[in-house]
Amino acid sequence: MLPIARCLLPTELKMKTWLKIVAVVLLVYVHAAGLLMDVPRLNILNETVRALYFHVPMWFGMVLLYMMSVYYAIRYLRNPLSDFDTYSVTYAHVGTAFGVLGMITGMLWANYTWGSPWHGDPKQNGAAIALLVYLAYFVLRGSLENEEQRARLGAVYNIFAFAAMIPLIFIIPRLTSSMHPGSGGNPGFNAYDLDSRMRLVFYPAVLAWFLIGLWIVNIRVRVKKLEEREIQR
Amino acid sequence: MNRIIVQLLKKEFILELRRKSVIAGLGLYLFSLIFICYLTFNLKQNAISPATWSALFWLTILFSVVNSVAKSFIGEKKGVFIYLYTIASPQQIIISKILYNALLSLLISLTGYLLFSIFIFNPVQDQLTFFLVLLLTSIGFSTSLSLISGIAAKANNSNVLMAVLSFPVVISILLMAVRATKNALDGLELSASSDELLNLLAINIISGALGYILFPYIWRS
Repeated sequence: MLPIARCLLPTELKMKTWLKIVAVVLLVYVHAAGLLMDVPRLNILNETVRALYFHVPMWFGMVLLYMMSVYYAIRYLRNPLSDFDTYSVTYAHVGTAFGVLGMITGMLWANYTWGSPWHGDPKQNGAAIALLVYLAYFVLRGSLENEEQRARLGAVYNIFAFAAMIPLIFIIPRLTSSMHPGSGGNPGFNAYDLDSRMRLVFYPAVLAWFLIGLWIVNIRVRVKKLEEREIQR
Repeated sequence: MNRIIVQLLKKEFILELRRKSVIAGLGLYLFSLIFICYLTFNLKQNAISPATWSALFWLTILFSVVNSVAKSFIGEKKGVFIYLYTIASPQQIIISKILYNALLSLLISLTGYLLFSIFIFNPVQDQLTFFLVLLLTSIGFSTSLSLISGIAAKANNSNVLMAVLSFPVVISILLMAVRATKNALDGLELSASSDELLNLLAINIISGALGYILFPYIWRS
C-alpha cells in the first residue's frame, strides 16, 4: 500500500501529527474563506450557496467513513480478529454522526431555499433511509450477546446494508426529478459551474472533514482498547 | 449440487403442505389485512385513486411477505439446523431458501392481487407490466429477506429485529415497484417502465449475489 494510505488507516499507532495539523489548518481556512469569500449570485440560492462548503462535505465524509466500515467488515469476515470489528463499528458510529450533521445542515438550507426543512425530496428521503439502515445495524449489534456472533452478524449486515444503501442515495434521486442541486440527471455541481472558485474551498473542506472523521475514529478506537485492557486486568 | 437443491426445495414444500395451519394462517393474515383496508377506507367502487390503491396494495404485500419469509429461519428447531448443516453446503441451503421464498412471495402477491380486485377494485390497465413487477419484486423480497431472516434468527427478539433490519433494505425495491406499478395503472406500455424493471432486476442480482456470498458466514455458528 502507498505510504500516504498507510498514514490514513489508523492502526495501533496514533494518527500522524502532521495530518492533524493539516486538518485543523484546512478547517480554519474553509470556515474563513467559506464565510467571507465571494460567491456567485444565483436565483433563489443567493447566499445559501455557501451550504456547499458545510453540508456536502458531511455526506462525502459519511460515505467515505461507511466505506471504511465496510472495508473492515470484509476484513473481519476474512480474518476474524476483534480489532477489525472494533474499527468497523467505530467507523459506522462516526459515519452516522456525520450523516446526522449532514441532515441537520441540509434541513437548515432547505428551510431557506425550499421553504420548509423537510420537503420530501427523493434525496432527502434516501438519506434518511440510509441513516435508518445504520441505526438498524446498531440495534442488531445491541441485541446479540455473544461477542463473536455480534461481530460476525454485524459484519454481514454491514456489507449487505451498504450495498442496499447505494441504490438509495446514488441512483434513485437521479432517476426522478429532484430539486436537490446536482440531482435529476447529471451528478456534479451544475448549479455552481458558473464559478470554479468555489472548488478552491469545497475540495479542501471535503478533505479536512474526512481527516477529522479519521481522527475521531482513531481516538475512539484507542479509548476502547484501553478500556478492554482495563477489563482484562 | 443441483440434486441437493431440488431435494431441499422438495423438503420445504412437503413441510409446508404438512403444516396446513401455517399456510392457512398466512392466507388468513393476507385476507384480514385486505378486509381491514376495505372496511377502514369504507370503500365503494372507485372511491380511492389508483395511487392510493397501489400504496395499499404494496403495504399489504410487504407485511405479508415479511411475515412469511421471516419464518424461513426464525422458529426452526436447533436440531433441524444441525441436520441441514451435515447434509448440505450453505450455498445450497440459501439457494433453495431463496427459490422457495420467491415462489411463496409470488403466490402471496398473486393472491393479494386477486383479493384486491374482488374487494376493492382492479385499476391495472397493463397486465403484462404488472405481472412482471410482481415477479421481480417477489424475487427481490426473497433474496434480501432470506439473508436477513438468517441474521435475525440468531438474536433474541427476532421478530422485532426482522422488521427493523428488513424495512430499510427493501425500501429501494418497493420504491421501484411503486413507480412501475403507477405506469401499469396508467396503462403505459411495457417500454415506459423498462428502466424501473431493469433497476429491479439489478437490485435482485446484487442482493442475490450478496446473499450467496455472505450466507456461509452466518450459517457457521
